[in-house]
Amino acid sequence: MSILGTRVLRTEDPRFLTTGGVYTEDVVDERLEGACHVFFVRSPVAHARIGGVDVSAALSAPGVIAAFTGADLDDLPAIKPGPMFNQQMGRRVLATDKVRFVGEPVAIVVTEQAYQGEDAMELVDVDYDPLPAVIDFADAVAGRVVLYEEAGTNVAATFGDPDALDQHLFDECEVVTSRTILNQRVAPAPMETRAAAAAWGEDGRVTAWIPNQGAQGTLGGLARLLGLGPEQVHIITPDVGGAFGAKFGAEPEHAMVAWVARRLGRPARWTETRYENLVGMTHGRAQQQKITIGGKRDGTVLAYRLEIVQDAGAHVRIGAMLPFLTILMTPGPYAIPRAESVARSIVTSTTPVGAYRGAGRPEASAALERAMDLFAAEIGMDPAEVRRRNLLPPFTEPHRTKFGALYDTGDYAAALDKVLAAAGYDQLRKEQAGRRERGDAVALGIGLASYVEITGMGDGEESPPQENATVEVHPDGTATILTGTSPHGQGHATAWAMLASEELGIPVDKITLKWGDTDLVPEGGGTGGSRSLQHGGSAVRQAAQELIEVARERAAGELEANPADLRFDVERSAFEVAGDPDAAVPLASLAEQERLVVRTVFTAPGATFPFGSHVAVVEVDTETGKVTLRRMITVDDAGFVLNPLLAEGQRHGGIAQGAAQAFVEEVVYDEDGNPLTASFADYPFLSATEVPSFELADMQTLTTYNPLGVKGIGEAGSIGATPAVQNAIIDALAHLGVRHIDMPASPQRVWQAIQAAKGNG
Amino acid sequence: MQVELTVNGEKRSDDVEPRLLLVHYLREVCGLRAANVGCDTTSCGACTVLLNGTSVKSCTVLTVQAAGQEVTTAEGLAMKGAGEAGGGELHPVQAAFRQEHGLQCGFCTPGMVMAAVGLLSENPHPTEEEVREGLEGNFCRCTGYHNIVRAVLAAARAAGTEVGA
Amino acid sequence: MIPAPFDYVAAESTAHALDLLDSLGDEAKLLAGGHSLLPMMKLRLAAPSVLIDIGRLSELTGIRAEGDELVIGAATPHAAVAASDLVRADAPLLAYSASQVGDPQIRHRGTIGGSLAHADPAADLPMALLALGGSVEVLGRDGTRNVAADDFFTGFFETSLGEDELLAAVRVPRRPGQGWGYQKFVRRANDWAIVGAAAVNGRIALANMGPTPLRARAAERALADGASAAEAAELAAEGTEPGADVHADRDYRRHLARVLTRRALEDRT
Repeated sequence: MSILGTRVLRTEDPRFLTTGGVYTEDVVDERLEGACHVFFVRSPVAHARIGGVDVSAALSAPGVIAAFTGADLDDLPAIKPGPMFNQQMGRRVLATDKVRFVGEPVAIVVTEQAYQGEDAMELVDVDYDPLPAVIDFADAVAGRVVLYEEAGTNVAATFGDPDALDQHLFDECEVVTSRTILNQRVAPAPMETRAAAAAWGEDGRVTAWIPNQGAQGTLGGLARLLGLGPEQVHIITPDVGGAFGAKFGAEPEHAMVAWVARRLGRPARWTETRYENLVGMTHGRAQQQKITIGGKRDGTVLAYRLEIVQDAGAHVRIGAMLPFLTILMTPGPYAIPRAESVARSIVTSTTPVGAYRGAGRPEASAALERAMDLFAAEIGMDPAEVRRRNLLPPFTEPHRTKFGALYDTGDYAAALDKVLAAAGYDQLRKEQAGRRERGDAVALGIGLASYVEITGMGDGEESPPQENATVEVHPDGTATILTGTSPHGQGHATAWAMLASEELGIPVDKITLKWGDTDLVPEGGGTGGSRSLQHGGSAVRQAAQELIEVARERAAGELEANPADLRFDVERSAFEVAGDPDAAVPLASLAEQERLVVRTVFTAPGATFPFGSHVAVVEVDTETGKVTLRRMITVDDAGFVLNPLLAEGQRHGGIAQGAAQAFVEEVVYDEDGNPLTASFADYPFLSATEVPSFELADMQTLTTYNPLGVKGIGEAGSIGATPAVQNAIIDALAHLGVRHIDMPASPQRVWQAIQAAKGNG
Repeated sequence: MQVELTVNGEKRSDDVEPRLLLVHYLREVCGLRAANVGCDTTSCGACTVLLNGTSVKSCTVLTVQAAGQEVTTAEGLAMKGAGEAGGGELHPVQAAFRQEHGLQCGFCTPGMVMAAVGLLSENPHPTEEEVREGLEGNFCRCTGYHNIVRAVLAAARAAGTEVGA
Repeated sequence: MIPAPFDYVAAESTAHALDLLDSLGDEAKLLAGGHSLLPMMKLRLAAPSVLIDIGRLSELTGIRAEGDELVIGAATPHAAVAASDLVRADAPLLAYSASQVGDPQIRHRGTIGGSLAHADPAADLPMALLALGGSVEVLGRDGTRNVAADDFFTGFFETSLGEDELLAAVRVPRRPGQGWGYQKFVRRANDWAIVGAAAVNGRIALANMGPTPLRARAAERALADGASAAEAAELAAEGTEPGADVHADRDYRRHLARVLTRRALEDRT
């Protein structure tokens, strides 16, 4: 009986449910005994020159061990932007002459006890010489005020040529419609904020406990920030309380904690407050998009253009690069004959932007699905029908798009049909028509999104995606797996154990997974971009299979038989001579004389492309603008489903975050760059009352890129849900003349759209 | 100042600052780190514990306010579970969370479980809507709440089948 | 996230609390449930040097009927008010209002007296008390005085409570069987009201339409003159001074005040 495809409960859970996970702030370790507490004084202004930082009063506060400013950290190298970005947009680990966003650290205070930190920070006196904030997309592009004087511009990078668009792209289109829309800034806001603990050994190495999405990448990042060789850094990954793309690599704060520990000769710890997290952790999305779509009145889309301005925030980080992925996924699941996509990344005096669940791809789908609905509205055709007419036909051989993406397998029409049937689409349209006829104040809206997304990308054009795994069977019948992935809620301990169990015949609860300690697992790609199962899981399966072959040789020796005559009985976890069950040797016993361990690397041909379709059903109270999400019905096809319990959980989480962006969440700055949503009271973080239970339909179109046939599922839900919900809200009000509402569709925004359509402005 | 209270059935006496938040007392003084701090504004509920059997956000209770009272944390819940066999067995609500995959990263989980225990003690047979409203003080980023709601409803059903529950 | 240091004393009686208030002056704040005060202290928006805990004084908790009024101890938690059979029968608007404050955990700790003394114009209880035409019992050195809800809320987070006084009890008229309406408009579950409206016995109170909870007097007069709910509600925003924030600008608030008032008047239970 195969365990693959079954709902195995998580082996991780009993611990999390009783004593709780051990997150970085919880870590108790003798190396951290006597640790001091690190606090960061952060800028309250968005853009200013730093006149001076006076820590003298703070130094005499109770329990203060030390205080540092940017000048003290002059032994740390400058941070340079990646080669594709404007090279004049470098910065220092701790700001010296300028601050560029509210929340940027300007001073460090170190105390004996945690409670003393805030008392001491209040006494640090910073002299700011304010400069105009740069918030607005147009203002940033125009560059009257620049964040980096040496750069002379706020444009950090350009993708394609935004000023040399194809003027003939929309020739032959009977209908063309265009709109500038916003894919608004949101906060990843994992429940666990950022944190770090660091201790230096007498060997000159630093051991750092940091919540992350890939210890190996965090090691590299921390080493670079500190100017160390990688051999001098040891990363340990405690339990991580969510990440969603924002815990990759190393933060300046992590480096400063390590620096303080070295300077003071004692361990140091830091956990940020939620305020710090909402201004200091990278934000997500933040793209302004001009979408233009054209085609024929029969519903055929002939051309589509996407012009992006990516707000990268104050520092050039991952966010500045994301338009690359948006552009890659421009055409989505459609066969659009002519498409073009360009982008600029700009810096603004706001929190830096990074990866957030989907990282560049939700932006592509949101733009495209909005465009499809705008086109449908323009020609008066049902949005499902427009999609059906333009989806790529099913394919099992890889299909390369004009944007260079090589889609592996897909059946987009089947996903659409399946979700429409599951939703009862025709019935919903009838109900909507009925409400409209009666003039109901509560309108019903049905929104669609069809999407395809890229998962498991490699490191770059030259290196195909890969991951390593080590599997070891112990004489006591247990097994250990070392993985280069980095779970933070995805359940790898259970899923990888399932894969090993399938091959080894060892029960799941006797298999232990280890990850995230760079001394133990020096190589790995971490967990993000929905890569883990297809690469990391495949590696585990491959290692277990290779281990069986190594064991077979040993068993042959033990049984004095020919390896070819041996059969591995998974049920008994033993080798037996074919036809003679009594002549058997247990797998575990083959580890007694010599370790039975195999390390392997699984290499995939390339990225895979899960796909799906979502239907959102909303009610809009036309008197107040309040939106209620009534139903979310989804098809998210990521190939073979290893553990439906875990896969559904990933879909739920993604759908919730995607829906949240459409109508609930947003990061807001005022015109001076002050964040207005920097607490969980102000940031409209999604609660249980805003979303219903979700309706998930099952569809599995396997990939040929790995033996399991799996693609990535982690981000798919968020990619489909955002446009489905946005489209539903606008659909609800279409009969009132509303054609578009920017996200989030807050009550005021919805009400204003209704008024505008009525001509009440 | 000296404060005496009972934590998971054990009487304690400790010298604390008046401003020591109950959540930090539990974590740093008692070494019970299941309750987590997730926000600054009494919004997220990751710190939820039971105070005299009712759910409270321990980040907004001073340790000194809990003097003479009983605190129960997620660590103490298992011992109170029905069918306990030498402690360590999951409380029915904890068991339901596992069964329904109501946790992923686990950070919100102890608080969510305590809030659910509080909810069910006041409303043993909630509707789905009542569960969602009952958990509006507990944020989760990973699960989308779907399986959390299923877990609470499952725990309610399981309790309903027990004699004298 | 951590309050500034302070001293703490658990009052042994209301008299003890008053003595302490008297001797400590504006250095001291009263603490009941702490769910308005402690969040402010954690953000360092308030930093009293002494907290006087009156949260467990039995003199200040409990709900009883006294003639034609319900008397609710100031330190009674919202959850108790919401669940009280007496309040649900005789002043159901108050029970419902208490059930809408924050979330369950907050309702287990936050008290009716604390909420009223905090006087957040966007909060539930101030609006409810104003709609009901209730009053508060204020205890001072010279004894007790009653302050009508109409006179209690004097400004933005300000009441007529003196520095050396404590709010001892809340009084609301008993009107079993009378219709009432309550509308709290939020963007997301445990938010404060973007705008709120409560209507009972010809009185209409609004939350978050000015620096204090406000009576929609023009709408009340119209009702008294025989206007329909819809007609009266059109006047709900008159005399209000709504603010603007991330959730709503002034026009939208005025609009919500009208819609919510109409619904509060129409959805009588």
